[in-house]
Amino acid sequence: MPSTTSDQPAAGVRAPLRETAVDALKIVIVGGFGVGKTTMVGSVSEIQPLSTEEVMTQASVGIDDASRVRTKATTTVAFDFGRITLNSSMVLYLFGAPGQQRFWFVWDQLFAGSLGAVVMVDTRRLEESFYSIDRLEHHRMPFVVAVNRFADGPALSSVRDALALSPEVPIVDCDARERSSCKTVLITLVEHLARMHDLSPVRESTP
Amino acid sequence: MTRRAIDQEDPDRLYTVTGGRTRADETAFDSVSLVVSECRPTPGMQSEHVKILRMTRRPTAVVEISAELRLPVSVVKILLRDLLDTGRITVRHPSAATQAGQPDPELLKQVLIALHDL
Repeated sequence: MPSTTSDQPAAGVRAPLRETAVDALKIVIVGGFGVGKTTMVGSVSEIQPLSTEEVMTQASVGIDDASRVRTKATTTVAFDFGRITLNSSMVLYLFGAPGQQRFWFVWDQLFAGSLGAVVMVDTRRLEESFYSIDRLEHHRMPFVVAVNRFADGPALSSVRDALALSPEVPIVDCDARERSSCKTVLITLVEHLARMHDLSPVRESTP
Repeated sequence: MTRRAIDQEDPDRLYTVTGGRTRADETAFDSVSLVVSECRPTPGMQSEHVKILRMTRRPTAVVEISAELRLPVSVVKILLRDLLDTGRITVRHPSAATQAGQPDPELLKQVLIALHDL
């Protein structure tokens, strides 16, 4: 692939998928500003992470509590993504998404049918994760928690308690800059999904 | 990344691109549906349609088209709907996103194998 000095991906440098690609999967990485979502996407993606936007359509109003934004014409949410070719037919898209309130208005438009989610946590700002965890539970989206270590911090067991995680939800340390570490997080998520499948043919409903 | 093109953009552009339509049939495309062009652009075709047909000679996900055209995903879905209705593209739908409930265990196994091999 030719290098380019521009940060804007030009048409010529796009890396196309294989002709045989038929099935795309999604995993969403949710977290607050600066927590390392884009770094994680970049560490495992085979393409330079791309950025785009979604606007909330009328259809989303009423699904979530959109009362706060009803006076605004559109709600725009920016997000990053990358991809991993899994084999000749399957490709995995990784989305880095802000956990802020307005992001959840476009969840159904963009992320319905995701395999699962990674909640990325900075232990210095744990409170930023509460809302995302609540929303993922609301959408019945399975997730794992990845603690991106910026400095020494509390043990994983303390973070688990502080976030009031269910015992079955995996929590792991992660260095978003390290490809192998991000790979481990993704494997932890997919193993968690497989385990849930084995344990309960019908996913337990949570109020 | 905090690009805010849409917030700053003249809304007329989005209106013109879609011919004033604001909604696509949401069921026709997932954000990661893979789009493949079935023909070459023809003279007189809307410039966004021309770009999409060129871009999708190889399978391309809806979000990648959105990033390249710098248009919101839902606007791209409207443009794609035109091309689908006239037979100019075909769509490969994501299996996990179209099935209700949990992903197929066989699919998860394949994902795990691929991730281990990364």
